[in-house]
Amino acid sequence: MTELNLREPLIFELSKPGRGAGTQFPPRVAGSAQVPANLRRKTPARLPEVSELQAVRHYTRLSQMNFSIDTHFYPLGSCTMKYNPKACNTYAMLPEFLGRHPLGPEPQGFLACMYELQEMLQEITGMPAVSLTPMAGAQGEFAGVAMIRAYHRARNDLARTEIIVPQAAHGTNPATATMCGFIVKEIPCDANGDVEIEALKAAVSPATAGIMLTNPSTLGVFERKIVQIARIVHDAGGLLYYDGANLNAILGKVRPGDMGFDVIHMNLHKTFSTPHGGGGPGSGAVGVSARLKPFLPLPIVGKDGARYRWLTERDLPQSIGRLSGFMGNAGVNLRAYIYMRLLGREGMVRVAEFAALNANYLMKRLQALGFEAAYPERRASHEFIITLKQENKAYHVSAMDVAKRLLDYGFHAPTTYFPFWYPSAC
Amino acid sequence: MAFIPHTSDDIARMLEVIGVRSIEDLFDEIPAELRAGTLNVPSPLSEMEIGRLMTERAATDGRPLNFIGAGAYEHHIPAPVWAIATRGEFYSAYTPYQAEASQGTLQLIYEYQSMMCALTGMEVSNASLYDGASALAEACLMAVRSNRSSTSRRILMPRAVNPTYAQVAQAIAGNQDITFVPVDFDRSAGRTLLEALKPHGGQDFTALVIQQPNFFGSLEEVDALTDWAHENKIMLIAVVNPTSLALLKPPALWGSKVDAAQGADIVCGEGQALGVPLASGGPYFGFMATRMQYVRQMPGRIVGRTVDVEGRPGFSLTLQAREQHIRRSKATSNICTNQGLMVTAATIYMSLLGPQGLEAVAQASMQRTADLIAALAQVPGVKRAFTAPHFHEAVLLLDRPPAAVLAALSRRGILGGLDLSERYPELGHAMLVCATETKLGVDIDSYAAALADVMSASRAAA
Repeated sequence: MTELNLREPLIFELSKPGRGAGTQFPPRVAGSAQVPANLRRKTPARLPEVSELQAVRHYTRLSQMNFSIDTHFYPLGSCTMKYNPKACNTYAMLPEFLGRHPLGPEPQGFLACMYELQEMLQEITGMPAVSLTPMAGAQGEFAGVAMIRAYHRARNDLARTEIIVPQAAHGTNPATATMCGFIVKEIPCDANGDVEIEALKAAVSPATAGIMLTNPSTLGVFERKIVQIARIVHDAGGLLYYDGANLNAILGKVRPGDMGFDVIHMNLHKTFSTPHGGGGPGSGAVGVSARLKPFLPLPIVGKDGARYRWLTERDLPQSIGRLSGFMGNAGVNLRAYIYMRLLGREGMVRVAEFAALNANYLMKRLQALGFEAAYPERRASHEFIITLKQENKAYHVSAMDVAKRLLDYGFHAPTTYFPFWYPSAC
Repeated sequence: MAFIPHTSDDIARMLEVIGVRSIEDLFDEIPAELRAGTLNVPSPLSEMEIGRLMTERAATDGRPLNFIGAGAYEHHIPAPVWAIATRGEFYSAYTPYQAEASQGTLQLIYEYQSMMCALTGMEVSNASLYDGASALAEACLMAVRSNRSSTSRRILMPRAVNPTYAQVAQAIAGNQDITFVPVDFDRSAGRTLLEALKPHGGQDFTALVIQQPNFFGSLEEVDALTDWAHENKIMLIAVVNPTSLALLKPPALWGSKVDAAQGADIVCGEGQALGVPLASGGPYFGFMATRMQYVRQMPGRIVGRTVDVEGRPGFSLTLQAREQHIRRSKATSNICTNQGLMVTAATIYMSLLGPQGLEAVAQASMQRTADLIAALAQVPGVKRAFTAPHFHEAVLLLDRPPAAVLAALSRRGILGGLDLSERYPELGHAMLVCATETKLGVDIDSYAAALADVMSASRAAA
C-alpha cells in the first residue's frame, strides 16, 4: 500500500515578516522612477516571506503528496496517462527555446519543428490542414465548432442552429456547442454502444449545423456505422466533428479524415505524451478538411520556399480569429513534436496496438474475476467500461467506493460514473 | 520498442488470455475499407539523434538581447522554480479530481489562489485559465452572466487594451452575440480618455475593460474610470500585470468612493511574468479573481480548504456545479484544464520573491525602462510618444518606419521593440519598448549605441 505524507502547513504559516530569499531579489537600481501617489499600493501584498530552503522543502514535500505517472499507475479511461519521456522536457527546455520572445523575428529552428508537427498530425488524421493554436482540448473543440459555424455563415446558410451530440459524449461537447451559440440536441446510443441510427435520422434537419462524435466512443467501442452516420449528416447539410481528444486507439489504424469527418481536435497531452502537469497545460491542435481550411484559427506555420513563416489574417481572411495572446502552447507542441519523432512511423502504430492489447487483456482478467463488462461482446479499444451494478446490489458498494479503495493500493482511481447515465460505470 | 515494455512472451500470453491469435484481430471491428495504409511520417529517432536535432534548431534561433514586452515579459526565474516544477510528482500528475491522490497539487493551487487574492485585493481567485488574452474573453462572458442590470451584451473595449486581447475576446465571445465598442485614447498622454467614455453614459453597457498598465505601458487614471463605470451600472473588468501589482494600487481598491461597490468587479490578466519563461508564447497562464458575490459565474476550477471525516484539514476542488462535466450545455464555460504546471511555477516564484522581492523586481523594471527611454530618446530621430507615467514599457516615435530599423538591430542581436505602425497607424512610426530587471546598464547602453548607429547609417544611406 502507498502511504503518502499528507501533512504540510500552508506556506503562509511558515512566513515571518522580514524573512526572504535574498539572492532572488534583484539589485537596487539608482534612480527616481516612481508611481504617482494616487496610483500607488499603500500596504505590501500579503505574500509569504520565507527563506529559499523553506520554499524548496515546502514545495518538494507538496510534490510528494501527489500521485503521478512517474510514481503510480493510472488506469484512467477517457484521459490517457502514459509516460512523459524525459527527453521531451529536456530538449523543449533548451535555453534558446525558453528565452525566445514570441514577437521577435520568425525563428526558423522552432518553426521548422512546428511545421513538421503540423504535417505529421495531418498525415495521422487524414486531414489536409492543421492549426496548433488551441491551448487545450476544450479550446480545440471550441475552434472546431466555431469553424462549423463560420462555414455555414460564409455560405449564408443561417438556419443551421443545432449541433447533435450523442448522450455518451464528454461534457465539454455540449458546453462547447453552447459557447459557440448553438442549440444542443442529444441523441441516445443503442444497447451495443453505437449511435441509434433511427434517432439520428429523426434528429437531422435543415437546422443541423453538425454532429460531435468520438470514435471509438467514450463507451470504449468502435462506432461501426460511422460511414452511414457520416452520410446521414452530410446529406442533411451538416458537418462532422471528431472529438479526437484521445487517438491512442486508432493511431495508424484508421484516420478520422477517411471516416468522413470534417474537423478534429486532438489533445496532445493524451496521445502525444505531453505532461498533464496536475491539470494543464494541454494543447488542442485542430485538423480540418479542405472546405474548412479557410476558417482555421491563427497563427499557422506556412512555408515559402525554404523559409518558414507565420500565416496571419492576410493569408486567411476568413479565419475564426485568434484564441491566444501569441501562438498557443508552443512549449507543449514542442514536447509533442519530440515524442512523435522518437516514436516515428513504427512507434505510432504500436501505440494503438499495445493500447488495444493492454485494454482487452485487462478487460478479460477483470471479467475472469467476476466483474461485469458493459459491452462484453465488443472489442475494447484503448479503454472499456466495467459496471458495478451487481456489487452495488449485493454489497451496497458503489463505483466511487471501489475507485477510492484502489487508491489505497497505489492505483489511481479509474474514471467513474462516466458516461453519467450508465449505471455505476467504472 | 520505444516506451513499450512487452516482450514477445508477454504478448503471446496476453493474446491467449484475450482469446485472439494476433494483435491485428483486436481491430476487426473497424470496417476494412476504412483501414489506414502505412503512415507517411519519419522513421523513429533515438534520444541521441533527437537531442542533436533539437540542439541544432535551438542554436539557429540564437539568444538575442530582448527589449520586447507587449504581454510577455523577460524576468529572472529563480533556479528552484523549474527544478521543483519539473519534478515528476508535479510534472506528470493528473488533474486533481481525486483529492486523496492530489493533496500536493491541491494545496499548492490553494496557496496560489491566496497569493492572487493578496496581489489583486479580490475575494476569490480561480485555479487559472489558459492565458491572459483568453482570460479576458472569459471575463467578458462572465460579466454578461453577472451584470443583471444590463441586457445589451455590449462591452466597452478601449483601444489602449492589448489589441490581440481584443481580437481574442471577439473570436471567443463574439459567437455569443456580444459586441465590443471601442473607446479612444488620448493621443498625447497615451491613456484612455474619460471624455471618450462620457457620451456612453446613461446607456446600457455590460462592462468596461481597463488594462493597467495599458498596452502602451502607460498608467491609466483608474479611479476616475472605475467611478464612471459604477455610476453607470457598468461592471469593471481590470486587466492587470501581476508584477506591477507589487507597486500599484490593487484593482479591488480602484475608484475614489470607499463603499461596497469600490474596485474592479472582475480582475484578470497574463501570469507569465511570475516565473514562466517566454518560450515562444506559451504555455503561460491566465488568472482571474472576483468578488465573492460573482463566484458562481466564474469559469475554471476553484480549490477550497476543508476537513476530512476525522476533522483533519485538506483540500479539494469545489463549486464544481458550474463546470462542464456536471452542467454540460449549461456550464459557465467549456474549460476543463487550468494551466496547473505554470501555476506551480508561479506559486514557487511568488514564495521565493515574497512582497519585498516582487516589489524590488517591479521597481527595478520600472527604473530600467525609465533609463532605457532616457537613453534612446537621446538618439537623433527618436522621441517619446506619450506623457503619461509608465511602468515597464513605453512607446517611442521614430522619424522613419520602425520595420527597417528593427531588422537592422536584429542583425546585431538586439530585439529592439515591437513595431506598432500596423496596429496603430494613427501614431505614425511608433514602436513599443520594454526593459525589466534583467536589463543592466550595459545592455541599455549597447542598445542605445546600436540604435544611434543604425539610425545614422540609414540616414547617411538616404
